[in-house]
Amino acid sequence: MTAPATHSAAPAARRLPLPAFVDGTLLTLVAAAVILWFVPSGMGRYGTYVLSLWLVMSVAVMGLNLTLGYAGLKSLAQAAFMGIGAYATALLTSKVGLNWYASFAISGLLTFAVGLVLGFPALRVKAHYLAFVTLAFSTLIWLVLRNEQWLTGGVFGLSNIPRPSFFGLKLDGALAFHRFVVVVTFLLAVVLWWMIRSPWGRAFTALRENPIRAASLGIDTRMYTLLAFAIGSAYAGFAGALYAPLVEFIDPSPFSLSQSFFLLLMVVAGGAGYLLGPFIGALLGVVLPEWLRFAGSLYLIIFAAIVMLLLIACPQGMSGLLERGWAKLTSKKEGAR
Amino acid sequence: MNQVLEVSNLHKAFGGIKAVNGVSFSVNEGEILGIIGPNGCGKSTLFNCILGQLEPTEGAVKLDGRDVTNMRPSELNRLGVSRTFQLLQVFPELSVRENLILAGQEHEGTMLSRFFGSRDAGLTAKAEQMIGFFKLGHLADAKAGGLSYGQQKLLDAAMAFMAGPRLVLLDEPAGGVNLTMLGDLKERLRAINAEQGATFVVIEHNMDFVMSLCSRVIVLAEGKVLAEGTPAEVRANPAVIEAYLGH
Amino acid sequence: MAEFLAYLIAGIATGAIYALAAIGFTLVWQTSQTINFAQGEFVMLPAVLILLAIKLFGAPIWLGALIGIAAFILIFGVGFKLAVVDPMIRHGVLPLAIATMALSIIMKEGAKDGFSAEAQKFPSFVPTETISVFGAAISLQHVAIIAVAFAVIGLLQWFVGSTRLGRQMQATAQNPTVARILGIPVERMVLLTFVINAALAVVASVLISPIYLAKFSNGEVIGLFAFIAAIVGGFNQVRGALVGGLIVGIVDSMAAAYISTSYRLAVPLVLLVVVILVKPEGLMGRKEERRV
Repeated sequence: MTAPATHSAAPAARRLPLPAFVDGTLLTLVAAAVILWFVPSGMGRYGTYVLSLWLVMSVAVMGLNLTLGYAGLKSLAQAAFMGIGAYATALLTSKVGLNWYASFAISGLLTFAVGLVLGFPALRVKAHYLAFVTLAFSTLIWLVLRNEQWLTGGVFGLSNIPRPSFFGLKLDGALAFHRFVVVVTFLLAVVLWWMIRSPWGRAFTALRENPIRAASLGIDTRMYTLLAFAIGSAYAGFAGALYAPLVEFIDPSPFSLSQSFFLLLMVVAGGAGYLLGPFIGALLGVVLPEWLRFAGSLYLIIFAAIVMLLLIACPQGMSGLLERGWAKLTSKKEGAR
Repeated sequence: MNQVLEVSNLHKAFGGIKAVNGVSFSVNEGEILGIIGPNGCGKSTLFNCILGQLEPTEGAVKLDGRDVTNMRPSELNRLGVSRTFQLLQVFPELSVRENLILAGQEHEGTMLSRFFGSRDAGLTAKAEQMIGFFKLGHLADAKAGGLSYGQQKLLDAAMAFMAGPRLVLLDEPAGGVNLTMLGDLKERLRAINAEQGATFVVIEHNMDFVMSLCSRVIVLAEGKVLAEGTPAEVRANPAVIEAYLGH
Repeated sequence: MAEFLAYLIAGIATGAIYALAAIGFTLVWQTSQTINFAQGEFVMLPAVLILLAIKLFGAPIWLGALIGIAAFILIFGVGFKLAVVDPMIRHGVLPLAIATMALSIIMKEGAKDGFSAEAQKFPSFVPTETISVFGAAISLQHVAIIAVAFAVIGLLQWFVGSTRLGRQMQATAQNPTVARILGIPVERMVLLTFVINAALAVVASVLISPIYLAKFSNGEVIGLFAFIAAIVGGFNQVRGALVGGLIVGIVDSMAAAYISTSYRLAVPLVLLVVVILVKPEGLMGRKEERRV
């Protein structure tokens, strides 16, 4: 039994004159990027903003999916890492006057480094200690964001965060910036796609399934575990660097511990360990509540309840459900023939 | 003769219980050494201490004259020490080929080359060779979790040989394998030993398997070496008959 | 000095609350590998349910308390075990841990939407006065919390150590497989630990809410400090959870008094990191062997 995703991709790649490394996932990413480039044309400012927000959150969820879904680690600080990235970018672009690209890189490097520093002592002991260390870290970051007014503006936050430009082209409009977000998200997704199918991805899967056996095959489990966590955290930093210019005003509230829990639920809802799962998870967690405005804060309860039901019925999340449905459909077709 | 592995005065205590109590032995290049003993005599604990899975209370382990006591399992493996486990340990979600590539990918190149380089780390040919050698050809693309017990056992062994190890420690390779498979496995192990000059240490319960495969046997009882010699010598040893074979 | 004594008593009082939550957390972890990330919400909710029962039924306090407590233990003791843990544990420890996070969101948001977003007064069963001991103003409420919490913990220790049922429960916690062979009804024992966890949460909730008021977000800090207490004390030890709780409570109280109120939360967090770096098995814990 092979997964339907790889199954359907193989013949497609043979039929079309495409390089051997192109698979179904990559084609899906390209197609989605093209669609998302054009789709908001008639949606207005707010609709475009929601789409951009969806992609930005997807980047954070993608990183957490690497940590949780591929390497099997619980990180409860993804929102805090996103906060570090957002504040770093906001401060560097609006106060220091650095350009966005450099700030973006610094945000990623900073969160990567913090991930290493946090992960090293925690993973030395036991994998689930990472959950408690990141829990503590999350609270600590929140305190700093709220209390260090001179730097972070405290509860009043930071405003007038500039949007980047692209080779002199201003990206201040909602649509222009959305397209920029589409490109950046696409590039980040492709990097992750590449990583997952490289030997690294195989090692990540191995240390989730059986770390002791993995170590006996020469896999430096400590190094790979740390890398998965640090890269996952860096993706949160990247997401933060996109989030700050998107909303143009940040305060501590979207970077709290509850938000980190919420991001974890999005990973699970979308399907932990599926490359496209985070987009589905963030769609359910970010976009759907914007459309279901009437549900108000009840939406959070509904979402959490849906995730619990999914965990009982299909721990592979929506991606798993889709995969099952697809398998059923194709087997029915074959039966009819 | 060249000594590949040298274990001297190894102790391991769990609380007050001495599981391994002063074991010394060495393994010569190219030999197949068997370790036998009744249940609970400390065989698996001994293995785990040698392989860095457990921290010995006392004693030293040397590989080619180099002290490797307490070295991490992954580092030891990259020095050419490979192992199988008593219970099956394949990666069920990966295909047979992927399992084998995984077993070899950390032995060449760097972290960077493993990221930017080719997806199979250049190991597909080697993996195919192992698949052929262990007669798993028709299963190369199947998920390892879907294989029969005996097939998984073969894959498990194949993974241990994937990186061309210098020394292989096999923990009950024959456990739970049916007779036909058993013959296959023994033949494969002998072939690798002869062709590649790999050195083996085998822990086994199955006496016939050990006696027919190994060139030298060590008998453990209550955490200590009770006897040592060729299979014929060990079989004739009165202390061994008393402690183990007589049952 | 008098001031120090007052802070110490306050620290022991809140520490006793953290200890109650941490003990329940540890028990549930030991018997069923459940890391309950909703533990803080478990302490927040009983007080809310009691106030809700009083409001909805117009009941007197004692009846409201009875309804609220019974409902809580039924839903979050028995129901939690049967409806969340049992179906989830098949998939592994990780999905279960995530399910408890989802549960914590449901409990918190549910309390906010179903009850109140504002902090509500909760009746105190002792006078809210202070008495003077060696010149220090000691709150009677703090004294009562310490007395009740320690009585409950003592009772639990007696139950676990000296009754047949308690020893069966302990055996289940230490090794379920062996316990099953010995004929102990393991499933029922696990259920019992969940009921005890819920009961401890009720005690903690009723004790702390007159001081902190009943509010949906109270669980955040209590839960965080209960986790820290459990780890600082030694993750697998009930005794450790008690010691850890008291240490965290006292450290927190002293930090609030002598360091800074805005970074008061940070001090126990630093304590956690130091313990993980220096003695990761916890102050009362034993080192675990790596097993193959």
